[in-house]
Amino acid sequence: MASLAEFKTAEKSWWCPGCGDFGVLAALQKALVELGIEPENVVIVAGIGCSGRIGNYIYSYNFHTTHGRTMPVALGVKLANRNLTVIAAGGDGDGYAIGMGHFLHAIRRNPDITYIVMDNHIYGLTKGQTSPTSDPGFKTKTTPEGNLERPVRPLQLAIAAGATFVAQGFSSNQKQLVRIFKEAIAHKGFALVNTISPCVTFNRVNTYDFYREVLVDLDNDPNYDPTDRVAAMQKLMETDELVTGIIYREPESIPFEEKLPGFRPEPIVSQDWNLPREEFERLLARFR
Amino acid sequence: MRELVWKIGGEQGTGLDSTSDVFATVCNRLGYYIYAYKTFSSRIKGGHTNFTVRVSTRRVLATAEGVHVLVAMDQEAIDRLAKELVPGGLLIADSNFQPKAPEGVQMVTVPMTEIARDLLNPVYRNIVAIGASAALLGLPLQAFKDYLAEKFAAKGEQVVQGNWTALERGYSYALEQAADKAFQLDPGDGQRRLIMTGNDAIALGAVAAGCRLVVAYPITPASEILETCARILPKFGGAAVQVEDELAAVATCIGAGFAGARAMTATAGPGISLMQENIGLASMAEIPVVIVDVQRGGPSTGMPTKHEQSDLLALAYGGHGEGPRIVLAPGTAEQAFYDTVLAFNLADNYHCPVIIASDLGLGLWQQTVDNLDFDQVVIDRGPLVDPKELEAMGRDVFQRYAFTESGVSPRSLPGMKYGQYLATGVEHATDGKVKEDPVNRTRMMQKRLKKIKKLEIGGQPVPGILYEGPERPEILLISYGSTFGVVAEAAELLREQGHRVATLQVRVIRPLPVEELRAAIAAAEKTFVVENNATGQLAFIMRAEGVEHPVESILKYDGTLFRPNEVVAAVLESYKGVPA
Ligand SMILES: Cc1ncc(C[n+]2csc(CCOP(=O)(O)OP(=O)(O)O)c2C)c(N)n1
Ligand code: SF4
Ligand SMILES: [Mg+2]
Repeated sequence: MASLAEFKTAEKSWWCPGCGDFGVLAALQKALVELGIEPENVVIVAGIGCSGRIGNYIYSYNFHTTHGRTMPVALGVKLANRNLTVIAAGGDGDGYAIGMGHFLHAIRRNPDITYIVMDNHIYGLTKGQTSPTSDPGFKTKTTPEGNLERPVRPLQLAIAAGATFVAQGFSSNQKQLVRIFKEAIAHKGFALVNTISPCVTFNRVNTYDFYREVLVDLDNDPNYDPTDRVAAMQKLMETDELVTGIIYREPESIPFEEKLPGFRPEPIVSQDWNLPREEFERLLARFR
Repeated sequence: MRELVWKIGGEQGTGLDSTSDVFATVCNRLGYYIYAYKTFSSRIKGGHTNFTVRVSTRRVLATAEGVHVLVAMDQEAIDRLAKELVPGGLLIADSNFQPKAPEGVQMVTVPMTEIARDLLNPVYRNIVAIGASAALLGLPLQAFKDYLAEKFAAKGEQVVQGNWTALERGYSYALEQAADKAFQLDPGDGQRRLIMTGNDAIALGAVAAGCRLVVAYPITPASEILETCARILPKFGGAAVQVEDELAAVATCIGAGFAGARAMTATAGPGISLMQENIGLASMAEIPVVIVDVQRGGPSTGMPTKHEQSDLLALAYGGHGEGPRIVLAPGTAEQAFYDTVLAFNLADNYHCPVIIASDLGLGLWQQTVDNLDFDQVVIDRGPLVDPKELEAMGRDVFQRYAFTESGVSPRSLPGMKYGQYLATGVEHATDGKVKEDPVNRTRMMQKRLKKIKKLEIGGQPVPGILYEGPERPEILLISYGSTFGVVAEAAELLREQGHRVATLQVRVIRPLPVEELRAAIAAAEKTFVVENNATGQLAFIMRAEGVEHPVESILKYDGTLFRPNEVVAAVLESYKGVPA
């Protein structure tokens, strides 16, 4: 079984000191170790943004894609080799602005992929513009008078779209985040983990202290039932999504790749692709 | 007669497509060469549509010049199409709409609707039309009966019998009316060849090549590729997936390619525009992916159901930045099959996107294919590392983007121990980690671009052109895509007029076979590039890539394919040489 050290790379981190993404990285590495997954069987599909760098620091197969396209790339990886642990990761802009369409369709499709959105309510890499999760009135370089739009509510959207696993973590609550990641990866189907990951450079509003103050921790509520969709939606509305823990989970979720007609348990990549001659002739017979 | 042209016209959504399909398939079974095409619009029901089937004793791959037998299911079909009849041509019309034929047109009215009503099934109307057609073209009725029996076997004896009666009644009615005017086609050679479209051929080629994932977003005229694969792939453990848009389609294929599968997407111009950023990703991250573009009228939504070849520049050079991509251009369904197999082998050997530049004419029109040879299908995975060697290397030794002489670096796949790397669209060092310094950037650019200077599979060069005719021609006709068939026929016609003509089909658009083109053009007295676009995109690419010899463009961009005679006329108009 791989150790934590084996999941680390020699590359020096490029994030600003104190960036929330460090905590996401650490929790993910720990979760992978605790799940006993070998590094060669992990594929991290990362978006473009500060958050997209996460793949550089995990010793696994990594694909740093184009801005907003982690969902389809991850789907392709999973369909090609369903034995792999496929984890998509990216920012709030990557997932909820340019990638919003793919996000909702990935949820509807429910492939066995874990999607970690490192949500800092800002565009970090492009140096401080408003994001779809930015609060109303939030002043950024592109909204000097304050953000005029309402934020997307990714967790409610996910549940409304039929998500089978929805959670929210906080990068400085490592213990909970590791547990959420482990459950998300183990979940059979699409698992969204929106992870609050403060940007210490461009967002002086949604800070660690801010979140410590306002976040409601579902782990402290023994009566909360994460298999109840209506309750989950209600909780998200009540807390305005300022809540952490596993919000919703569908225990009987069947992933997309298991539903595809004729799709074999043996991954495509290890099948023999040569058609038997008689199969080829049978295909041609339709055209005679 | 060596060749006859049959056409049927009527309202869209009344089963004329399957009627034409039955007619074409039976003629193909009789051992004729078929080229069958249609005029259609995006409207589903209503609106005029027509289908033309060229039936010949030799290979034909171009639009017909005239029609011998026209079947009209309504007056509009007569009004639109009767002018296409050759002298002596026959118009068969359903008597139910009291057809009026233009002066000088010989009309045979057949009570199609009435017979169908008699047989208590309105869909037999089209079968009656086929029976009448068979009679007036001199085709054996039995072949049609055999085919219909096979087609409707599952529906029971009664349905077969009903079809037969409709067929026979149409046949004998037409003979009674016009036996003296009937055509007599030379017999077919009885060889049961294949009949398919380019879209069919690409789907078959993909499955044969080991492609197990086809991911696409529906679009005319490419949708059939996804549809056919959705039917076939599950039998072989694969899947066809309709995703939310073309960005997702190509990105999913790239993800699958990264993981080691063979994946393909198929689209038309609007989809190609959307895919460009990710095609660049595959170039930069060196990931195999196969993309089919069945070109249609552009730009924007353009003419979705009309033919054009105007995506060539976008396919060869579209998107931002400069990266490798290979563009193949099949001209026949047979070539489309082998090119698809080749595309997957090239993608795996050169680690870059491979685009198949098809077009509406090739993609949708049915044609006879002599055979598809299973023995020519070889799956060549290219430079994959051996997992055992990789493991012996230990951690952090393998360099996915190592500099090599050819520019192609060995590839590891997820799941292989110690093959881990970062695939990325960001400029990178040999291990995939970000590296932007000028020296590395220059080397990496050169590495990627030099990969595709020359294409080889299994040590054999990939032919960039197909040349037919004398070595020092008066006239050289250059084509690509479905224009190949038109130009072949135009060359025949010009030869009949005493000209020394050669044809050159460009089989690979990128990397362009510059040397071959130069040599061929230098040897010809006059060269024409025949393309279905307004700006002469292939001629443009030729000039840009260093084929400096003068050529003349013959262009058509009205949404239809060239007719061979149009090419002949354009050549003669310009070519004032002395006929041999
Ligand atoms: C097609 C495209 N448009 C714009 C960009 C520029 N861009 C890079 S990252 C980014 C947004 C980053 O924000 P987010 O996704 O929230 O990631 P963060 O940096 O905050 O982690 C943008 C707009 C791009 N790379 N590609
Ligand atoms: S800019 Fe913000 S998100 Fe980016 S690395 Fe720095 S702290 Fe993190
Ligand atoms: Mg962000």
